Amino acid sequence: MDNLFFDTYIWPLLLVTAHSLAIILVLLVSLAFFMYADRKIWAAVQLRRGPNVVGPFGLLQSFADILKYLFKEVIIPTTANKPIFLLAPFVTMFLALSAWAVIPVNEGWAVAEINVGILYIFAISSLGVYGVIMGGWASNSKYPFLGALRSAAQMVSYEVSIGLVIITVLLCVGSLNLTDIVLAQKTVWFAVPLFPMFVVFFISALAETNRPPFDLPEAESELVAGFMTEYSSTPYVIFMIGELANIILMCAMTTILFLGGWLPPVDIMPFNLVPGVVWFVLKICFVFFMFAMVKAMVPRYRYDQLMRLGWKVFLPLSLIWVVLTAAFLQFTGMAS
Amino acid sequence: MTLTSLAFYLFASVSVASAFMVIAARNPVYSVLFLILTFFNSAGLFILMGAEFLALILVVVYVGAVAVLFLFVVMMLDIDFAELSEGFLQYLPIGATVGLILLLELLLVFGASSRLADSNPLPRATPEGMTNAEALGRVLYTDHIYYFQAAGAILLVAMIGAIVLTLVKSNNPRRQNIAEQNARTKEDGVALVDVKPGQGL
Amino acid sequence: MFNDIGLILPELVLFLGAMGLLMLGAFSSKDATRTVDFGAIILLLVAAVLSLTQSQNGYATAFNGAFVVDGFAALMKALTFVATAIAILMSRDFMAREKLARFEFSVLLVLAATGMGMMISANDLIALYMGIELQSLALYVVAAINRDSLRSTESGLKYFVLGALSSGLLLYGASLIYGFSGSIEFAEIAKAFQPVDGQLPIAMTIGLVFLIAGLAFKISAVPFHMWTPDVYEGAPTAVTAFFAAAPKLAGMAIFLRVMLTAFPDAIIAWQQIIIFVSFASMLLGAFAAIGQQNIKRLMAYSSIGHMGFALVGFAAGTQDGVSGVILYMTLYAIMTLGTFACILSMRREGGMVERIDNLAGLSQTRPFMAACLAIMMFSLAGIPPMAGFFGKLFVFRAAIDAGLYGLSILGVLSSVVGAYYYLRIVKIMYIDAPSEDDYQPMPRELSIMAGVMAGFALLFFVYPAPLIELSNGAAAALLNGAGTDVVTGLLSRP
Repeated sequence: MDNLFFDTYIWPLLLVTAHSLAIILVLLVSLAFFMYADRKIWAAVQLRRGPNVVGPFGLLQSFADILKYLFKEVIIPTTANKPIFLLAPFVTMFLALSAWAVIPVNEGWAVAEINVGILYIFAISSLGVYGVIMGGWASNSKYPFLGALRSAAQMVSYEVSIGLVIITVLLCVGSLNLTDIVLAQKTVWFAVPLFPMFVVFFISALAETNRPPFDLPEAESELVAGFMTEYSSTPYVIFMIGELANIILMCAMTTILFLGGWLPPVDIMPFNLVPGVVWFVLKICFVFFMFAMVKAMVPRYRYDQLMRLGWKVFLPLSLIWVVLTAAFLQFTGMAS
Repeated sequence: MTLTSLAFYLFASVSVASAFMVIAARNPVYSVLFLILTFFNSAGLFILMGAEFLALILVVVYVGAVAVLFLFVVMMLDIDFAELSEGFLQYLPIGATVGLILLLELLLVFGASSRLADSNPLPRATPEGMTNAEALGRVLYTDHIYYFQAAGAILLVAMIGAIVLTLVKSNNPRRQNIAEQNARTKEDGVALVDVKPGQGL
Repeated sequence: MFNDIGLILPELVLFLGAMGLLMLGAFSSKDATRTVDFGAIILLLVAAVLSLTQSQNGYATAFNGAFVVDGFAALMKALTFVATAIAILMSRDFMAREKLARFEFSVLLVLAATGMGMMISANDLIALYMGIELQSLALYVVAAINRDSLRSTESGLKYFVLGALSSGLLLYGASLIYGFSGSIEFAEIAKAFQPVDGQLPIAMTIGLVFLIAGLAFKISAVPFHMWTPDVYEGAPTAVTAFFAAAPKLAGMAIFLRVMLTAFPDAIIAWQQIIIFVSFASMLLGAFAAIGQQNIKRLMAYSSIGHMGFALVGFAAGTQDGVSGVILYMTLYAIMTLGTFACILSMRREGGMVERIDNLAGLSQTRPFMAACLAIMMFSLAGIPPMAGFFGKLFVFRAAIDAGLYGLSILGVLSSVVGAYYYLRIVKIMYIDAPSEDDYQPMPRELSIMAGVMAGFALLFFVYPAPLIELSNGAAAALLNGAGTDVVTGLLSRP
């Protein structure tokens, strides 16, 4: 009886916890290096050297930064709404990390293999806006609030086109399961037949994660630091971790939806010997490299241009593609 | 007690409690946040029923979009909390009576539902051999296309209405035509003039 | 599937046409309001003809029983669409002069008409709700279409809030009924809602009451009438003219259909409610209208009273009663539209006037308008041999046949009280001395409309048979579920 109880309840729980801890640990450590890479790439484009003091080639710079923030004094504005002010960064980080539960890094390598995985990620990423709004409002200060308002409108707008892009991919796959989506790209990655959607998704992902050139919620030239103006020390670090984890999540999404996930580029001898997880990480790094290059090279959008792009360009474009894809699949008999 | 019923009671009690807090909270921002918690727990209940698609659509649509706009509006409103809570107790008896009547009626429904359950079993959220999303997709666009299109028509009317009632057409809008801007060449925009010193243009 | 599409053709034409007109209005470089208005009228007339031709198919359902087409639906839809078309025609001059001319107005009315068509043809609870919402949402918006006017926006908001409440009641009732009958289809509900040991299932009766409350709101019957005077007064007059005719027709049609097809065996349960609602509406309509100074408010109370009279025939629950209701509603729509054609012409140098005193001496300054309005008032009061009299005659006869003597006597009494305020208007127009300045001449379409409607009300008694026959046919189609072909039946008459 005891054994049965252990087998049915305790053991799966332990297993899931171990899985989750493993992925969170790897993720958090890699975040530090992604941050470092971001700064290095930015510096390289501008012909600077970037971080180069802490550790070899400045590799440990991010860890030094995190430690510095953690040891600083936590400052909460006296008129701030304290519970929500402190809740906001945790919401952001918790959501960004929990989305990773369903990401398959290799065939069968996911903490939770659920049928509606893509919807789960879409739902989680659409909640990311709460951290920003709550933080901006609870600060009880003008610049953060303006940043929060911008962010709310921006994220809701670009979610629409992201949703339609996801629908296009789902039409081709016929399943909402992330593993099925990857396996459907065995012959050709979706980035090739759905190239315009790949571009729309990539740009919308930039907007969804408040990355430059769409970083209006924290536009330093207008809003000091946007919704993060009043944050410092540990809450600030948590916000940053959440944001970065979201960015990496979007890279992983791009990889899974359009770049064939853990599949090798061509299924021939030297490539298919490499483990899938390596391909997966390499592809994430590639997408992140593009994110970083965009940040380094593209000037920030004006707010009306941002809205115009979302509603007047991406929405009709992705809607037309959904219809075209559906019609193509229907009339060529490729629909499952 | 199985794990499922434990989860059910957890989701159900939290959603009822947070639904109560939606109306009990003094600060409307808290109310919206509790509303979001209610949505989450309802989504959890959907998952327990096997309707995972509905659960996630509930989160995407209601939490991800509708509640964001709620929060947006509530945060921008200038609400006097003291004044707001003043009339609360005054309407308590009426509200409580209405609530009690609704509760009694629901009990009536429960009283008879045992009889109905035998004669008319409800269809399951997940029919044999297909996922919840697939099951919905199979009927939504075929058997229920009429309702689906009617709902679409209602949303269209809502959109037209929102535009009619809010869009202000100014007489001289300075619109940016990006295609035109991109199409400009050096010849259109720049003229080289040889200005003689001391004469000006 | 294609058969289904054939059955919803009138609604489909309206909906697709509305989208086409929307595109036209949004993308045309010039102001396309007049073109869109014209297109909307054509669309509505086409849809009316299409739905009349559908009655040849007899009784048919589409989309797994969600949508029904029969002689009743065909006639009521045709009437509703024509009433909407007339409302758009009458609104053109008014909207242009009040600087409210926007192409979205007629598009919204066409979409509202689509909703009304869906409502009239609804054959299950979801289709019913969808139709009602599509109609109502468009109505809320047009009530507030004069967004710079505090009154108009207030009326829109009031209508919206109370309308949402009534939709909530309706949904609550519908969910109780679904919970107990296990079905949303009217025919299945009728099977489940049978008296057991002479007792109706209690919870289902509660659901029925909620459903009636929701539907009574849509036809503004007492005690769900509170929104009517404020909305009628606040909304732009052209919108009020529309509100008073088409939505009432559609609301009454679906009310009849729900009660008679989904709850035919529960008549003992709903008959008492209808009797009470009818009785209260007639009394309130008669007494509350007496003190009114504003002619739009007066018309609001008048319409509440007329709903009460129509419900007298409904309460009878017989085929004659239903036929009387259809006839009554048709005549009511015609009289109301004619009256509003005159009200829309009450324009002086400085703008519209709405007070009843402003009509003083109209017979000397504008004899044609005065004559039309007087005929309408006589007809609304139900004085023979005007059209309004026949409507009342038929509903009261049906009620007496069904043994509802008390209700009939009360109805006659309240129509006597009501005659007071209708005739007061005639007195003001013909006996009082004319006041200050003259009215501007009636716009052409309004004078044609007023003349046609007044002529109809005046001369209806000469040849009433076609309309009576049509309503009889439609009533038979509703009650028997059989394919009574109202149109060709009429044409092939010896």
